[in-house]
Amino acid sequence: MTITKDTVKKISKLSRIASNEKFEENMIKDLNAILKFVDQLNEVKIENIEPLASTVEQELIKRDDEVKKMNEKKDILINSPEENDDFYVVPKVIE
Amino acid sequence: MSEKEFDYYLKGEKGEYEVVIGLEVHAQVLSDAKLFSSSATKFGSEPNSQVSLVDAAMPGMLPVINKFCVEQAVKTGLGLNAKINTFSKFDRKNYFYADLPQGYQISQFKHPIVGEGKVILDMPYGTKEVGIERLHLEQDAGKSIHDQDPKNSFVDLNRSGIALMEIVSKPDLRSPGEVGEYIKKLRSIMRYLNTCDGNMEQGSLRADVNVSVRKKGSKEFGTRCEIKNVNSIKFMQQAIDYEARRQIELIEEGNEVDQETRLFDTKKQETRSMRSKEDAHDYRYFPDPDLLPLRLEDSYIEDLKKGLPELPDHKKQRLISEFKLSNYEASVIISDQAVSTYYEEVAKNSDYKLASTWLMGELFATLNKEGKDITESPVSAVNLAKMINLIKDGTISGKIAKTVFEEMIKNDVDPSKIVEDKGLKQTSDPKEIENIVDKVLETNQDKVEQYKSGKDKLFGFFVGQVMKEMKGKGNPQMINDILKNKLK
Amino acid sequence: MTEIYQLTLYDLIEKIKSKEISCEEATKSYVDRAKKSQKLNCFIEETFDQALDKAKNQSGKIDTSKKLFGAPFAVKDLFCTKGIQTTASSKMLEGFKPEYESTVTSKLWDEGANLLGKLNCDEYAMGSSNETSYFGNVINPYRNDKDLVPGGSSGGSASAVAAHLTSATVGTDTGGSIRQPASFTGTVGLKPTYGRCSRWGIVAFASSLDQAGPMTKDVRDASLLMEVISGHDNKDSTSAQIKQEVFSQKLTKDIKGLKIGIPKEYKIDGMSKEIIDLWDKGIEIVKSSGCEIKEISLPHTKYALPAYYIIAPAEASSNLARYDGVRYGFRAEGKDLIEMYENTRSLGFGDEVKRRILIGTYVLSSGYYDAYYLKAQKVRRLIKNDFDQAFKSVDTILTPTTPSAAFAIGENVDDPISMYLNDVLTVPVNLAGLPAISIPAGYDQNNLPLGLQLIGKSFDEQTVLNNAYAIEQSINFKPNFKDWWM
Ligand SMILES: [Mg+2]
Ligand SMILES: [Zn+2]
Repeated sequence: MTITKDTVKKISKLSRIASNEKFEENMIKDLNAILKFVDQLNEVKIENIEPLASTVEQELIKRDDEVKKMNEKKDILINSPEENDDFYVVPKVIE
Repeated sequence: MSEKEFDYYLKGEKGEYEVVIGLEVHAQVLSDAKLFSSSATKFGSEPNSQVSLVDAAMPGMLPVINKFCVEQAVKTGLGLNAKINTFSKFDRKNYFYADLPQGYQISQFKHPIVGEGKVILDMPYGTKEVGIERLHLEQDAGKSIHDQDPKNSFVDLNRSGIALMEIVSKPDLRSPGEVGEYIKKLRSIMRYLNTCDGNMEQGSLRADVNVSVRKKGSKEFGTRCEIKNVNSIKFMQQAIDYEARRQIELIEEGNEVDQETRLFDTKKQETRSMRSKEDAHDYRYFPDPDLLPLRLEDSYIEDLKKGLPELPDHKKQRLISEFKLSNYEASVIISDQAVSTYYEEVAKNSDYKLASTWLMGELFATLNKEGKDITESPVSAVNLAKMINLIKDGTISGKIAKTVFEEMIKNDVDPSKIVEDKGLKQTSDPKEIENIVDKVLETNQDKVEQYKSGKDKLFGFFVGQVMKEMKGKGNPQMINDILKNKLK
Repeated sequence: MTEIYQLTLYDLIEKIKSKEISCEEATKSYVDRAKKSQKLNCFIEETFDQALDKAKNQSGKIDTSKKLFGAPFAVKDLFCTKGIQTTASSKMLEGFKPEYESTVTSKLWDEGANLLGKLNCDEYAMGSSNETSYFGNVINPYRNDKDLVPGGSSGGSASAVAAHLTSATVGTDTGGSIRQPASFTGTVGLKPTYGRCSRWGIVAFASSLDQAGPMTKDVRDASLLMEVISGHDNKDSTSAQIKQEVFSQKLTKDIKGLKIGIPKEYKIDGMSKEIIDLWDKGIEIVKSSGCEIKEISLPHTKYALPAYYIIAPAEASSNLARYDGVRYGFRAEGKDLIEMYENTRSLGFGDEVKRRILIGTYVLSSGYYDAYYLKAQKVRRLIKNDFDQAFKSVDTILTPTTPSAAFAIGENVDDPISMYLNDVLTVPVNLAGLPAISIPAGYDQNNLPLGLQLIGKSFDEQTVLNNAYAIEQSINFKPNFKDWWM
């Protein structure tokens, strides 16, 4: 498979990364090189092989249903680029 | 019982259409803490006051699952007669939104915790089975406020990370009426189980509604639209009706229905396309590498099954057989677990039939008027039962009982005390009643003549007069009997 | 005479505890040297004054129960440090001061170590040369006629340990980010078994592969640091529920009877004779220590790197979605929310990060998931199976760490693939979740250090350390750079 300009546009959009001509040109080159490299995997026989997502072989750790206040409101707002009356502020969302 | 026929078909120029509806209900899990963090889930707290570092998706923060939320999901699955999956997995659903701090929602995609199940609806045209496709656990998003400022939106993350159960139905629903009953049924089951409070005003229960239409009799599905996040039964019903008619219009004009995400505008009562969801269908689900598969022991599921309370369908059958209630009465009483508990307490201690009559009559009217639910009833089940017993043993008449009940609403005390204090005890002394009957007949000679010459309706008049003389305290049965005798 | 900063971590702490050296002297020795080493560009954030204050405080109250008492300690800037700028070397997080401390670093401070500052690395740990950092590249203390890269992503950490700007450090390793820079700088770097150290509070790159680990001057230091930073953490769902170990106390160079595997697939095309010679030297050493050498096969080795370059970017594309300009970090203007996101992420991330986000998005997107992501996960299973099979007959596996020595700054930046090939020998271990160490094994003809890698069974760091210790003692590697930058 190859990556075209439209593909770069589409995945930039999905990734929320602004794109322009130059960026697209560079990415078409780099991403196709990477794809060509990873296409080596087509040589591997993978029928009936279970995918491996994690090497950890244990039960999922679970937590009790207990409320713990580990931080104050200010801790989560202190680094925000913009806030107002304890809300995060973002440019208008168009639904 | 006269069974109605199903009749929700929409008429177009070119024939009748059937509406096909599937629901993705989002039910907030009743838990103290969130699904993957220890923040509180309380409704109505100050903005951003229940947000942990995990909920705000600070760098390096990791999710740890709340085991009670897992238990709640399993219980709900059991309540939906569904298959519980001993192996399930958490996936990331990737999309950007202001109130989605991680840039993905942790959800379950390929391997949900609960598989297929079913619920039964009681429709006027008989029972209807609705298939459940699956139930999965996922995180709620935060809340964006768009109408406070012309240039900006405000974000509150208090909801972010609260556990939701997404209950996906099969496309088995065919009318707004069925959708209403389906939601009520789900809500009732979850309330019995105490797994979701079902409070729609607070957003604890909301649904994405998938609507498509097809020609009546057709077996193929039409293209569906998903109406996002509708939070009342009424709105769901309005949205479905509007959306179905919109689609029919499109089809009849020779256009295609676009598969898309739409929004229901509650003010205009119409659905419209959602711009922000244009690229939303590529969620790039993949297993969340911060979590491991969730495995459940059979014994764990068995134990939860054993601990389940009696559920509405079962309870209804039992009420019908044990208390001889009608199907209708039983349906009303079981629709709310607290009502059924109240009913059973009254019925067991007094009279099944009278208990149902008083509960569904006077008590419901009172609760309605005062805007209270049964758990806040001004009259306790114990005292209502005592009052019914006073009727049964002839201490008070049904009519006096209403007076007593009025008093009990003001002051929830033993009704016999009210009867005592107010002197409301019924007179059942035949001598005394006979005296008054004689007096009434004496003063109404003309009416007695009319009665005897065939005007039967006047009987009620005599009863009323006697009752009036006795200040309502006469035993109505005895008054009847004595009058009948005298007027022979 | 030996300067304080030249001491190993282990010896330094001994001398502090025996009052031969005061905490203040120790910290001052490192701070003075770090101040004179700005050219190497190891530090993104310096906390020298705080460190000196804390050392002064510690001086009177020596606590011998603390394993790292008084050790001056800089850490990779991927670890969140409370109240101290944490950037992951990205413009995106410039000025970000977390209100929390990562589990691994809090263990360091609990044992009495003393924060010197935050060390440069590749942006979001994505890189093999430390050239993707928003804060500029790091320079290797080893050089020939040109400035060389220290490797990456923990390049600042590796250079800082090699150049004696910190007594030891912790890095993170997703595909070789501890071992490859260790190899390039003549230092020791250990990537523990996945799950051995908590990931809580570490800026995530690829969550199923990321693992923190020690970077030190020698193997004994690595064993000491390993026992400090490891342990179960119930805030990390992938943290292993196994008992804490005391690696340094059990450290021994007696490895007689150990079976050591030599995988033929690691002798890759074009590998230099010097590296093969060093590898042979390693084999001779373990043989003479009484070990049995076995040729083994890890047939899917070749496919590890391609699988890695699908899995790691896929996870990264999702992990880095949180950097959206809303709650912390950099924000660019935009007329609406979407434009703000796009501008923020376009200006906030560097090229390599954007490349990986895009490739990760691509391999997960509808229509490509099965062909790329799922296939890569299946290959990952095969790679793990290879190791499982091999470890039925051997206790450790000995390989070179990297296919080459450190290269010049700028040499590989224009070609992502040739850059990625740096990790060809380290990546399989991450995919299989195994522990592996890189130790300096000697020099190439340009006097640049080269490393040998020892791979162990899951949670068998002790055997890996012992094996490495035996080789280290026999090789007796000595740093040979001059302080040319001062
Ligand atoms: Mg939906
Ligand atoms: Zn959902």
